Amino acid sequence: MPQFGSFALLLALAFGVYALGAGIFALLRPGLAADRLGESARRAGIAVFVAVTAAAVALVVAAFQDDFSVAYIFHHSNRDLPLPYKFSALWSGQEGSLLFWAWLLSAYGFVLRLRHKVDPRLVAHAAVVLSAVQVFFLMLVNFAAHPFSMMAGPAPADGNGLNPLLQYPEMVIHPPMLYLGYVGMTVPFAFALGALIMKYPGEKWIHITRRWTMVTWMFLTVGIFLGGHWAYSVLGWGGYWGWDPVENASLLPWLTGTAFLHSVIMQEKRGMLKMWNMWLIFATFLLCIFGTFLTRSGVVSSVHAFAQSSIGTWFVAFLALTLVSCVFFFIKNYSYLKSENRLESLISRESSFLFNNLLFLVACFAVLWGTLFPVLSEWVQGTKATVGAPFFNRVMIPIGLLLLFLTGVGPLLAWRKTSLESLKRNFTIPAVAAGVIAVALMIGGMRPWQDISYFYALMAVALAVFVAVTVGSEFLRGARVIRSHTGMNLAAAMVQLTRRNTRRYGGYIVHFGVVVLFIGFAGYAFNQDKEQELGLGDKMDIGRYTLVSRSYTRDFQPNYESDYAILDVYRNGTFLQTMYPERRFYTASQQDATMVANRSTWREDLYLVYAGRNPDTDRPIIRAHLNPLVVWVWAGVYIVVFGTLVALVPNLQVAAAKVRATAPELAAVAAGSREGGD
Amino acid sequence: MKPVVGGRWSVSCRLKRSAQVMVVCMAAILLMGAGDDARFNKLGHKMMCACGCRQILLECNHVGCSYSDRMRDELSTALTRGDSDDLVVQAFVQKYGPTVLAAPPATGFNLVAWVMPFAVLFSALGFAVLVVLRWKQRAPAAAPDSTSPELEAMRLRARRETEL
Repeated sequence: MPQFGSFALLLALAFGVYALGAGIFALLRPGLAADRLGESARRAGIAVFVAVTAAAVALVVAAFQDDFSVAYIFHHSNRDLPLPYKFSALWSGQEGSLLFWAWLLSAYGFVLRLRHKVDPRLVAHAAVVLSAVQVFFLMLVNFAAHPFSMMAGPAPADGNGLNPLLQYPEMVIHPPMLYLGYVGMTVPFAFALGALIMKYPGEKWIHITRRWTMVTWMFLTVGIFLGGHWAYSVLGWGGYWGWDPVENASLLPWLTGTAFLHSVIMQEKRGMLKMWNMWLIFATFLLCIFGTFLTRSGVVSSVHAFAQSSIGTWFVAFLALTLVSCVFFFIKNYSYLKSENRLESLISRESSFLFNNLLFLVACFAVLWGTLFPVLSEWVQGTKATVGAPFFNRVMIPIGLLLLFLTGVGPLLAWRKTSLESLKRNFTIPAVAAGVIAVALMIGGMRPWQDISYFYALMAVALAVFVAVTVGSEFLRGARVIRSHTGMNLAAAMVQLTRRNTRRYGGYIVHFGVVVLFIGFAGYAFNQDKEQELGLGDKMDIGRYTLVSRSYTRDFQPNYESDYAILDVYRNGTFLQTMYPERRFYTASQQDATMVANRSTWREDLYLVYAGRNPDTDRPIIRAHLNPLVVWVWAGVYIVVFGTLVALVPNLQVAAAKVRATAPELAAVAAGSREGGD
Repeated sequence: MKPVVGGRWSVSCRLKRSAQVMVVCMAAILLMGAGDDARFNKLGHKMMCACGCRQILLECNHVGCSYSDRMRDELSTALTRGDSDDLVVQAFVQKYGPTVLAAPPATGFNLVAWVMPFAVLFSALGFAVLVVLRWKQRAPAAAPDSTSPELEAMRLRARRETEL
């Protein structure tokens, strides 16, 4: 099987090089022969997918067969490892995850090449760019990080096992989701660069790119969310985001991708920000590669980075080459990207998009700056400064709040220019609602002057209400118009409204998800934690809860031994439930891992960690965290994903046409103001 | 402050007195020393565990971590001894090196870490405002005056009915 996998990888590289070379020749010399050459390049691209799939399958089969003669399987699997984790071993280590990356890229390329009739010439250009990226990753897995390297000497009887932290259900899907997002960003990049190279007329490429970007952005969002949820459930430190360099690496392309999804509306509606959008796409792709480089090169230390290796040099070279290509074609075809319109007012929808974009980019810069500052400080001062959560929280929270404010302001502004009167009219209700909530919270006991984190929490909730009222009023206003013409009830009218302009209202749903997310973030300011030795029958109080230690016990599984505490939980004296925080010891890797016990409600999470035994007293130690509003964070992400899915659904044209027929005068107005649609 | 006839305070006097009382109360709340628990929590979140796990001191959850337990004890002892926050932080930096701080101190070159994101933020916002104002000046004179009531009404109507 390893020989088969190695051969498949070499074959994939050969097909990839052919697809790239033939694709370039076909584009340089148009004609009948070139068409045939282009078609053969397209088929070679499809063959790459087949070959890389064969290699990936070979690695998974080797894991299932416990073939420890393959070094990668020896290092990332063992005989007692449950089957799903043997499967996930494919992306658990450096070499396997690069193979997985190459496979995903080939799969995206496969879909792209199958759908080439959308626009054969544009797809041919995009396919060449995609092939270039594909060749890079195939070279990596063939020459720098070979997943089928053999062990020296006879095959060991058992493997080292998978990192215990990765033996968690979410870890089976978190990396694929993240990679789908990372790798998927190659497709919009390929379309953008392809369109720039060929000076593609019109904005069709933007339509194609936007959908791809939205899909991959959604995967990236889900991947980041699953990572946060995994960290919360497994790492046992009581939080979901620690501003670790690897977490930051995933956030960087997400921020620029989000900026692009907003600013692309400007290009579609007003023919503006063409250069900006082009560079946002370039930056998003480059940041995906840069993030991969950060994770794998050992440039920055992280709790969940891959082992340090020499592949960093490959990534630096690839990044440099990509950047030079982007700059070259940008300078060459600069005139193609001139704006058709200009901004006319500071108070307009266009401006709000511009400022929104700037804030996303500043946020991206701040994260990148904080992540790389240790390297810079070591270079300048000789000592590596630590840049942890306190830095990022202090820098990113104000930027996040400004972004939240703009999320509410944007929809209230008209395209081109907004008068003061309309501003007053649109702002009054959301602003009053936000003010009322802020006062109510202060009356309820929130003291923003006592601590800056309370102030931020108050601002977050008030702004969240501001945005929620804005979003709600947008839905209500549109639904009322539909109701007045169709007689539907308000809820049905809202559904109808959303189906008619899925992108706009899907976007609003996403914004509503962001509101819920920020409310969840606000809860962080009120986290409590406590650690205590808890012998049998001992009690521990935290917030409204009392924990009573009932027993401690041990369990043996083929793959691990587990110690767990049995704790009865009371709230205000009333028994609620029994919780079982657990500590596992994985025998193959000789490593510990925590299994957190969590009681989650909309109000707060009671999060219990069995921290082990005090070496001096041998008494068990329990660490309890009371984390308010964490469920809101997860709920917010679900809403964001739902909104994105809604935005991806095509508009309901038929129904719209029917209503147009019954209300021709309104349809005329709507058609005239179509650009106000987003 | 003047009491008026009959020993009663005028409305303005009462308002002033209330404001003074509020200011004194707020100052008392703000200036009241935080308890040792709060200080322990605050300082413990400003420092990293020195074991290399890259976790905040109070969040390090390694069983048998030879650093975090000892460091927490040292922090607790220093607070019980009555050391000021600065003194505690300095002692930790001297013992474990500057990397024990979870965020770079705002001094020397490290100040750049704090200044740069906000400098970029304000520069970007300022630049954007300038660009918009410049574009606005260059905008074609024939551009419709959107502040006219008729156009505004049409816009509002169009905005309401875009969905149709």
